[in-house]
Amino acid sequence: MNETPLIPAGVKRCSKWQFSLWMAAATAVLLWGVYAMYLIWYKGLNQTNMNDAYGFALWIWADLAVIALGGGAFFSGFLTYIINKNELKNIINLAVVIGFICYSSALLILAIDVGQPLRAWFIFWHANVHSMLTEVAFCLSCYFAVLTIEFIPLILENPRLDKKPFLHHLSHNMHGIMAIFAATGVFLSFFHQGSLGGVAGVLYGRPFAFREHILIWPFTFFLFTWSAAAYGPCFTILVTKITELITRKKLVKDNVIHLFAKISGWMIITYIIAKTIDTIYWAFVTAPGFGFTLMDFYASSTYNIGLLFAEIVICGFIPGLILITKRGRENSFLLMSAIILGVIGVSLNRWVMVLQVMAVPVFSFNEWYTYMPSWQEVATTVLPVAYGIIVISLAHRYLPVFPQEKELNPID
Amino acid sequence: MFPFCFEWAWDISHIVFMGGLWYALSIIGAGMTFAIVKSVFDCAGHDDQDHGHH
Amino acid sequence: MKEKNDYKQAKRYGMVIDLDKCTGCGACMVGCYSENNVPFKADETNKLDSINWIRIFKITNDKPYPETETCYIPMPCMQCDGVGKHGHPPCVSVCPAVATDYDYDTGIISQIYTRCFGCRYCMAACPYHARKFNWWDPVWPADMEKYLNPKVSPRMRGVVEKCSFCFHRYQQARDKAYLEKREELAENEYQTACAEACPTGAITFGDLNNKNHAVYKLKNSPKAFRLLERLNTNPKVYYLTSKKWVRRAGDNYLTHEEPGKIKNNMKEHH
Ligand code: SF4
Ligand code: SF4
Repeated sequence: MNETPLIPAGVKRCSKWQFSLWMAAATAVLLWGVYAMYLIWYKGLNQTNMNDAYGFALWIWADLAVIALGGGAFFSGFLTYIINKNELKNIINLAVVIGFICYSSALLILAIDVGQPLRAWFIFWHANVHSMLTEVAFCLSCYFAVLTIEFIPLILENPRLDKKPFLHHLSHNMHGIMAIFAATGVFLSFFHQGSLGGVAGVLYGRPFAFREHILIWPFTFFLFTWSAAAYGPCFTILVTKITELITRKKLVKDNVIHLFAKISGWMIITYIIAKTIDTIYWAFVTAPGFGFTLMDFYASSTYNIGLLFAEIVICGFIPGLILITKRGRENSFLLMSAIILGVIGVSLNRWVMVLQVMAVPVFSFNEWYTYMPSWQEVATTVLPVAYGIIVISLAHRYLPVFPQEKELNPID
Repeated sequence: MFPFCFEWAWDISHIVFMGGLWYALSIIGAGMTFAIVKSVFDCAGHDDQDHGHH
Repeated sequence: MKEKNDYKQAKRYGMVIDLDKCTGCGACMVGCYSENNVPFKADETNKLDSINWIRIFKITNDKPYPETETCYIPMPCMQCDGVGKHGHPPCVSVCPAVATDYDYDTGIISQIYTRCFGCRYCMAACPYHARKFNWWDPVWPADMEKYLNPKVSPRMRGVVEKCSFCFHRYQQARDKAYLEKREELAENEYQTACAEACPTGAITFGDLNNKNHAVYKLKNSPKAFRLLERLNTNPKVYYLTSKKWVRRAGDNYLTHEEPGKIKNNMKEHH
């Protein structure tokens, strides 16, 4: 077996020592996070700077953010397998790898975040079907299983694994029914992305978070699913661009990127219009009904109205408009600016929907609550980034993640 | 999660929620079973032939 | 989240706290700490991670001397009935593990410590900050362990706890009544520790549905109001005040709105 190379045929990879050095750096950061994780599991959540007013903090934000950013996986699966946008086959592998990283990270962060990790299975066993968090937990785990299933065939395409007849057939057969898995993934994603929005939207004790309902779902349910589909692709494109920058070669053809960017752009524009309507209704109907004006929610120096402007205009309308115009998305500077703004925009939205909800005082006689994460919280939030870099590096080195790489970078 | 857990009730919420869950799990399970079983058969059928072609 | 029991006459235990009488002495808090084995830290400076089932807020009217006025507001868990009065408090339906539940017999919201896995979603949901998280393992100074109340289980690190209206006292009273072959509890048979500890008699406790209980009359007084009523949390803790500014501070109002003159515009739902 030794004669089969580990690295896919027809592509060039950096030398072993260069790769090892890179991995060592990422591993060092990872270990820092693992140490913090150990401290938290061993000593408890007193290692964080959370408190009774800030029961949800950096981690819940990180969870919501990575899940939104990982939304590129379900949305590209939807476009490729269900709407048959075949060009996207050239980027979907990466979207799946990113999704896998994002979802495994989210599950890990949740396991660190709960006060009694050994009882975490209660959320399944003693499930309260009325809780948005239950729906999140179920769909998240199921969808993680789907992502793993989508990732496996790619792993099996490694030349050395592909040699084994069973694995070769398995990869082929899994590819054959991938559309079914993708469709299940879309179904699950629709609900858990939405439920994450519902987590805040149902809190009728928190006027900053609460939104009107359609049946049992608050508006934020739909906005979260929509924004994940809209901004997820921005993150997929961003990671592609970063990988291209680091490996110093083109990995995905422009027409693929442009198509994905265009779809993302239209999703962003429609989303941000819906978000604007939601914000107006909330500011002028829902909140006054509770005795609040819009400015009551933005009366702190950290959480001022600029944040709302940044989220909706700078990180919403601007990237959306850039991406829907042909000129905009084909200009590489504008394209990069738009996708970076997009990634910031969705992360900002998740931040606001978690941390600002906690910060806003509900009693007229209370002050704004403030919070600064402890180093343990930061380290465990950086951990997934290091882990992501490691997985993507390994995947890129040993697996045919980018089908167009050979054609774009012929070795003579 | 199961009808024998004591908070289970045969009400509409449980039927819809858990119905959706078990439906999704069955599809995932059936899909994987199909892929694995088919691969076993494919292997058996191709034993004495050349591997590596789709 | 279980089905509604159809007891002939369900109780709705609640509290009326007269803010005109409260001096902010904190006896209710002390009573609660010792009754319910509430753990405390060696250094209680940071109130944001202290555990207390009832705590006292101090508010002032922000006016210069001699018009300065102060008011103390003792705040236990409000035992909210929630939107639609269907046993749907803000904190119950959000709990993913059914670790907190609405008891249809008494209207009291329970907390099951061994079921709670510490996700803290209920804390995010409760606008009154009535829920407290055990950031540390509870430790009592050596001798104090001997004085813990054997009727109340201490909690472990990593779970949420909150005021239970001294539910164990209700259970004891029920047991006694059962042995004596009685159906009903007398008003004084079930009282919370804080109500008993209050030296000025500011706290009155009883069944809000029972015309013969003191709370029934008090809650209908024109001086009565509830905190953050406009959120539709439907608290079972009422307050009495004769001061307009206190009444106004108890909820959020737009500048032109007057407390007590607002129509509730939210639809009721499950
Ligand atoms: S005061 Fe808070 S903890 Fe108590 S019932 Fe209301 S929402 Fe729940
Ligand atoms: S912290 Fe405990 S009681 Fe509160 S929602 Fe989570 S599991 Fe339920």
